[in-house]
Amino acid sequence: MTTATIAGHEVHVDQEGFMTEYDEWTEDLAQTLAANIGIELTDSHWKAIRFLREDFEAEGETPTLRRVTNVGGIPTKELFELFPKKPAKKMAYVAGLPKPAGCV
Amino acid sequence: MTMTLEAPIPVFDEEATGRKLAIICSKGSLDMAYPGLVLANAALGEGVETHIFFTFWGFDMINKETMGHLQFTPVGNPATHMSPMLMGLPGMTAFATHMMKKQIEGIDVPDVPEFLEMITDAGGHLWACKMSADMMHLTREDLYDRVEGIISASDFIELSEGAQTIFV
Repeated sequence: MTTATIAGHEVHVDQEGFMTEYDEWTEDLAQTLAANIGIELTDSHWKAIRFLREDFEAEGETPTLRRVTNVGGIPTKELFELFPKKPAKKMAYVAGLPKPAGCV
Repeated sequence: MTMTLEAPIPVFDEEATGRKLAIICSKGSLDMAYPGLVLANAALGEGVETHIFFTFWGFDMINKETMGHLQFTPVGNPATHMSPMLMGLPGMTAFATHMMKKQIEGIDVPDVPEFLEMITDAGGHLWACKMSADMMHLTREDLYDRVEGIISASDFIELSEGAQTIFV
């Protein structure tokens, strides 16, 4: 873990570039993180990101895709459309959270 | 004075690798249904094109009548670490199945029908083996709606060209 800058802000990130401090994340940073991976955030993206943030705060871990679907109420298909190919990791990256650890 | 570097950006789209996975599910017991499903789901979450081919007893995973009622039997399974004499007692399979289902649910893993729904929602492809269908006298109507087709072994070989193949 080291510090680096994202959009001019100094934050903690891991080797891959995932933010590691929950409280350093802001919605402005999310815009930059999303742009970094070619995603323009819409209301639907925000719904998923806010769920990830809230769920992490409550549970202490990044929710898996299944949890985003079942608890967050966003269908799996939609998640793959919003964050193509690797939705779980992409959502975690934009939400400033670690990658989900669950197998399912 | 040290300069803070720009944060790295994770590499998410390794399109160039064109990785593809084919999983053959040939077992119809509850414990053997999961390895294929878990791997398929994980691969899809990594953006890997994924096909599952159901053959022989694996048909129980996509047969509408059986897919929700797969069983686990401890008979002849040394991994249960229990007396083989006990394992054969009447009601033991039902009991063991019940316990395993509870454990699976306890770690928030879906049952087989919901798992297949999740996999197809994630873009996974399900195929049924023609020889098994013929043997068991089953048609499309008997199978889970999201199975894309009943295909021959040669079709599967064509379809899995360039894929890494896992046999369960």
